[in-house]
Amino acid sequence: MDLTTLTYIAVGLSFALYIGIAIWAKASTTGEFYVAGSGVNPVVNGMATAADWMSAASFISMAGLIAFLGYGGSVYLMGWTGGYCLLAMLLAPYLRKYGKFTVPEFIGDRFYSRTARIVAVVCLIFISFTYVAGQMRGVGIVFSRFLEVDILTGLIIGMGIVFIYAVLGGMKGVTYTQVAQYCVLIVAYTVPAIFIAFQLTGNPIPQLAFGSTVNGTGDFMLERLNQVVTELGFLEYTTTSKSTIDIFAITLALMVGTAGLPHVIVRFFTVPKVRDARSSAGWALVFIAILYTTAPAVGAMARLNLTQTVQTGPVGAEDGNLVFEQRPDWMKRWESTGLLSFEDKNGDGKIQYYNDANAEFAAKAEQYGWKGNELKVDNDIMVLANPEIAQLPNWVIALVAAGGIAAALSTAAGLLLVISSSISHDLLKSTFTPDMTEKQELLTGRIAAAVAIGIAGYLGYNPPGFVAQVVAFAFGLAAASLFPVIIMGIFSKKINREGAIAGMLTGLVFTMGYIITYKGVFIAPILPNTAEYWLLGISPEGIGAVGMVLNFAVAFAVSKVTAEPPQRIQDMVEHIRVPKGAGAAIDH
Amino acid sequence: MDDKSGAEYWRRNVKLVLTLLVIWFVVSYGFGILFVDALNTITFAGFQLGFWFAQQGSIYVFAILIFVYVRQMNKLDREFNVREDE
Repeated sequence: MDLTTLTYIAVGLSFALYIGIAIWAKASTTGEFYVAGSGVNPVVNGMATAADWMSAASFISMAGLIAFLGYGGSVYLMGWTGGYCLLAMLLAPYLRKYGKFTVPEFIGDRFYSRTARIVAVVCLIFISFTYVAGQMRGVGIVFSRFLEVDILTGLIIGMGIVFIYAVLGGMKGVTYTQVAQYCVLIVAYTVPAIFIAFQLTGNPIPQLAFGSTVNGTGDFMLERLNQVVTELGFLEYTTTSKSTIDIFAITLALMVGTAGLPHVIVRFFTVPKVRDARSSAGWALVFIAILYTTAPAVGAMARLNLTQTVQTGPVGAEDGNLVFEQRPDWMKRWESTGLLSFEDKNGDGKIQYYNDANAEFAAKAEQYGWKGNELKVDNDIMVLANPEIAQLPNWVIALVAAGGIAAALSTAAGLLLVISSSISHDLLKSTFTPDMTEKQELLTGRIAAAVAIGIAGYLGYNPPGFVAQVVAFAFGLAAASLFPVIIMGIFSKKINREGAIAGMLTGLVFTMGYIITYKGVFIAPILPNTAEYWLLGISPEGIGAVGMVLNFAVAFAVSKVTAEPPQRIQDMVEHIRVPKGAGAAIDH
Repeated sequence: MDDKSGAEYWRRNVKLVLTLLVIWFVVSYGFGILFVDALNTITFAGFQLGFWFAQQGSIYVFAILIFVYVRQMNKLDREFNVREDE
């Protein structure tokens, strides 16, 4: 069977599965729509959280990013896993005990303020929409690459599928489809990795192959990699050009941002008990770690494979480079997508791949008769082309396509759901039309989800300039706005309404302002985005960490000089600190 | 639960969390970032140690920390009789 047919079958089967689950898990109450009736098993929820969390970026782009960043890619590995410790120990059990439906609801109640709740809703919507636009884009791209349809068609199909299970099933439908999506994506990710690990090192476990010797030699893979990349003028794989403070700040912003992302937090509202919320975070991290510890191995192996495919002999030797006409089939196939391109600058019919930005090496390259780097490789190719590089059968390639789509859809659905919950529950039900019946609220939630899907699809098709900066934005804002106020709401009885609102606004405005200054969202950048212009040498990706500190500081200072929270709020904080007496998340 | 044991429960909870977060900080920000160069002079099983902590080790430790937390908190809940449904 040819690849396209197989891909259609794999993707089609996975879609049929998602829709089947949606029909089976149809939500009939607001409790089911918002938090799956709080009846989800903690291990199942851990799996759903893992799929919710791992987006198109984790699945498609991360290993490629690490392949080219080397040690610098560690910020994503630690940053996107370490937040689960914060979730498990500082947030999830207490918010579960509180037993409501949304994150802004907790903030509004704890700080006895409708304004605080609305500020939280604004943060949430901003964070979630920037994030979801990137996901929809991912869906469109995967469709167009593997199924040979244009991006718009791909987007519409993706939107249709999410529409069916998110609008119909609400959180209940999303939870169980995410479980199925996790299974699809983890198999699709690990199977090619295992084969490549085995081919390269003889050890089939990628995490171990990473530290093994290359087949037929006594060289450790990482040593070999350091050697081959430095010979071509690149930075040593196990080092980075980023400053320590920047690495530190980016990791912190990503970790704290993870713990502050509403679509992740809300997953812990769906388990029956406080102790389930704790263990569920552990399971989520285990399921995430399977991919996250495989990714750096995939990155390193792919970098080594790619470099050795092109640099076939000693650097600078007459026959040391790959002859263009003899390049492998996978290269030809990916050229047509534009993700891989070759330009024969010196007209020798061979491919030279080296770091021409390194002046010292470029001078040496001139002597070899090289006239610049001739190969351009997109990060995303590292995972997508993996099965072809390893010459795996077509069904594996089809599986990777289904996996990429699963990763993007599961995250998009989770995000769309928190957006719609916030609109129907936090804005309409609680602020504007409090006398809605449950039935009306459920309908409103569904309409909000449908509208959100439409907007997300539009943003995916016409990405505003900032979609590429999604990471910096969504994580920075979550770290600087929501995370600190939730923590303070639980761990301090003295932080009051004024402190929380001032803190959130400070964190939000500072972080947004900093990112806009250097990245220029909607306007042209005000300052060049280079280290010498940054505050303390911290890049816009890491500035959320500083925003978080400011949020804490301002909230403490303002709370000190204004009236203490009322006694009933202090009692409420006491109440959420102990597990006993937690009921199901009920409407109220 | 009276106020006194409530305060004690909370104190022990916070102490546990702080202890675990110190380890969390040391393996990631310490071993993986601040002291990465020093640790990279040590190699074991084909890895430079600092690099291994940054790309593998810290993630394993994170997962272990959460399960230790779950276990210890369940014990604490029982000791103070604040476990749900019991």
